[in-house]
Amino acid sequence: MKIRVKFRKYGPVRFIGHLDVMRFFQKALRRAEIDVKYTSGFSPHQIMTFAAPLGVGLESNGEYMDIECNSVTASRDMMERLNRASVPGIEVVSVRLLPDSAGNAMASVAAAEYTVRFREGREPDFDWTQALNEFLNQEKIMVTKETKKGIQEVDIKSGIYEMRLDPPDAVHLLLDASSAGNIKPVKVLEAFCGAFGRELMENALFITREDVYTNAGTLEEPRLISLNDVGADIGTDADIVPMDTVLTDTVPKIIMEDDSHHEQNDSRKTSAQ
Amino acid sequence: MNKLALSDDILMKIEKPARYIGHEFNAVVKNKSRVSVRFAMCFPDVYEIGMSHLGIQILYDMFNTMEDVWCERVYSPWLDLDAIMRREHIPLFALESQDPIKDFDFLGITIQYEMCYTNILQVLDLAQIPLCAADRGEDVPIVIGGGPCTYNPEPIAEFFDLFYIGEGETRYRDLLDLYKDCKEKGLGRVEFLRRAAKLPGMYVPRFYEAVYQEDGTLVSFAPAEEGIPAAVLKEIEMDVTNTYYPLKPVVPYIKVTQDRVVLEIQRGCIRGCRFCQAGQLYRPVRERDVETMKRYALEMLKNTGHEEISLSSLSSSDYSKLPELVDYLMDECDKRHVNISLPSLRIDAFSLDVMSKVQDVRKSSLTFAPEAGSQRLRDVINKGLTEEVILKGAAMAFHGGWTRVKLYFMLGLPTETQEDIRGIAELSNKIAATFFEEIPKEERKNGRVQIVASTSFFVPKPFTPFQWARQCTKEEFLDKAYFTKRCITEQLNQKSIKYNWHEADVSVMEGVLARGDRRLSKVLLKVYEKGCFYDAWGEYYQNEKWLEAFEECGLNVDFYTRERSLDELFPWDFIDCGVTKDFLKREWQKALAGKTSPNCKKQCQGCGANRFGGGICFEPREADNFCC
Repeated sequence: MKIRVKFRKYGPVRFIGHLDVMRFFQKALRRAEIDVKYTSGFSPHQIMTFAAPLGVGLESNGEYMDIECNSVTASRDMMERLNRASVPGIEVVSVRLLPDSAGNAMASVAAAEYTVRFREGREPDFDWTQALNEFLNQEKIMVTKETKKGIQEVDIKSGIYEMRLDPPDAVHLLLDASSAGNIKPVKVLEAFCGAFGRELMENALFITREDVYTNAGTLEEPRLISLNDVGADIGTDADIVPMDTVLTDTVPKIIMEDDSHHEQNDSRKTSAQ
Repeated sequence: MNKLALSDDILMKIEKPARYIGHEFNAVVKNKSRVSVRFAMCFPDVYEIGMSHLGIQILYDMFNTMEDVWCERVYSPWLDLDAIMRREHIPLFALESQDPIKDFDFLGITIQYEMCYTNILQVLDLAQIPLCAADRGEDVPIVIGGGPCTYNPEPIAEFFDLFYIGEGETRYRDLLDLYKDCKEKGLGRVEFLRRAAKLPGMYVPRFYEAVYQEDGTLVSFAPAEEGIPAAVLKEIEMDVTNTYYPLKPVVPYIKVTQDRVVLEIQRGCIRGCRFCQAGQLYRPVRERDVETMKRYALEMLKNTGHEEISLSSLSSSDYSKLPELVDYLMDECDKRHVNISLPSLRIDAFSLDVMSKVQDVRKSSLTFAPEAGSQRLRDVINKGLTEEVILKGAAMAFHGGWTRVKLYFMLGLPTETQEDIRGIAELSNKIAATFFEEIPKEERKNGRVQIVASTSFFVPKPFTPFQWARQCTKEEFLDKAYFTKRCITEQLNQKSIKYNWHEADVSVMEGVLARGDRRLSKVLLKVYEKGCFYDAWGEYYQNEKWLEAFEECGLNVDFYTRERSLDELFPWDFIDCGVTKDFLKREWQKALAGKTSPNCKKQCQGCGANRFGGGICFEPREADNFCC
């Protein structure tokens, strides 16, 4: 059974790097006595993947970890157990069962949504809140990107799905987060300041990742839905559901029941292109 | 959640910010207005090393079970943060509350190796606490030291208000009660220390005076005040089963050196190797109850989520219930996908069987510690390991599928000759030859065997039979290492043998500090002023600066490395670790005569540790019927 765990990361633990968050969850899952599946072999490890890695120092309201379990309990129970096994600042907010057909958290990431604020005293020295449209109306938005081939100039305009003022002083961003075209919010704000002849100050931004999205539509007609909406809550209070008693057809059924509710939420997230 | 002591700007700039943010799972947070004693527990090295140390986990747990005490952790900031803290005058802080150390009641520092002495000064300096105890006023914490190096506390005596000699489980409650009482009565720092000096196990350097002869040796070392005890007997926990144990150790976010559950199965060692300090300091051997160990293992795995468990002791093979415990752990750990690591095991049929079950034979290597190359020298150091046993163990291991063997030796041991050194090469060669003799060509995995021989340089330590021995100079050490290398290249199987050796200059300095006196405090201050710390990290050790500091203080390194006469008064003689100087002297003379001593299980050698009234000293001997 594939389980998707959504969690928040805030406060001091913002300074724990991605690999250490993985290590944290490996131990937290054991403390919570979640029945995770292990690989076979001499040094078995938990079957686990994370969606887009979060940079050190960033806060998040929507991080995702997929695990495979031999047996599960109700979403609420697993969530409570994980939170008891967790630390202040890593807070599990949802535990859901994924349909077997769901791609893993990492491979299916298409976009990420951010709220970006300037730290006090590090705002650009012009009326930047009025300049967002002018920035987006440029024909191209060129940034330098370090790739394996060296430093390259790339146009990121098509990857900025949404960028608007979140009054009074935050910037809302929806950016390409796919493995091929991932854009970091700091790059966008650097380009923004650059377009008006300013330089973004060091450590000028406080960034919160709000959520991570997958494309439920097609390449031509993308439809972004939250990774959380791919799965469905496990509502039963049954203590342990061994794998062989979960009928495969119950999984799509749950999805269908929840679909209408998803649609409402998702319309807002449809690509800005 | 607490506000952090370091700004986001700093945390974004430094390496591994997770070292400084606290908030780990099982970290203890208390309401500071509801406790009366705040204790900062320090390991003066980087977080990853300090977090791996069982001793402070035990004390952290013990203090925090006391309702009136809040014990927090602090480690040496790494060089990058150190520079920032100095530049911006940020006071060193404790991880849990993120409050400055200088506002605490106590700063406890565990001292595990000599080369961390400069890091003690770094910690005091960053904490904005005067480096010398004599310069401290009422408004700074009491600085208390503990751990193995405090069995000769003299080189660092000037920096500490107080040393706690021995095992921490027994006397801290009394000390804290005394502290609270003195505080309530407004008696002040010096009066508290005077009263503390009269508690068992406590050593307050300021109340003792050392008088030296012209040649630099001690004439006398005695209390400078009436009522201060002349000798300090180590503290010891005789009931090791029913005492504090950290069942909920702090689980670090970043990978630390000891990233696993640690189960201390016994304290002390029966073996009596003559170079080993721990083997004397922690006498008598005391075993923990096996049922309790089983229960602790499961509880700690559940409380931490660690994926590995390790047994800790000086010689696990000597734990009487080892097979029972290992069987149990193998069973339980297999169910939980937990790995078992078994260090300090003798290589024999039992341990090979266990190891083949708990580790991947192809990827792991086997370790032997013959310590000396020839049987003659192994007898001198009382290492009861014979060539026959090593070769038999190696043969069994090769049949079991292992192809990698690690060998540990020491160079510069008392009475060592070139023949003994050649023995290192010859033994390595014989082990390689055993592989080719025992394993038919078609069964050889990758067709090869890999022997890694490593040598460290012998450092004489206080409270060992070798405390009288001369230590080699850097040049002598290096000559020995080059000679070892030459001997290895002369062997038939030299292609299967890899040789590593340890740095020589830092080993000399370690020996100087280990057997040093109070005058070395000034050298340490000078060295620190020259910018030295993290000296335990080879790449940051600057030998020339240390030598400069000795010269500027008018002291000579050779004075501290020389052979000592049998009647010399040592700077550490006022400490009583249970083992008598007479016993150590007997062992030193037996060593020079090449005679071995049987271990504690076979026959009592009358070391003196039976005065503690328990442990191995009062258990039946294997060889009771042969005993006179």
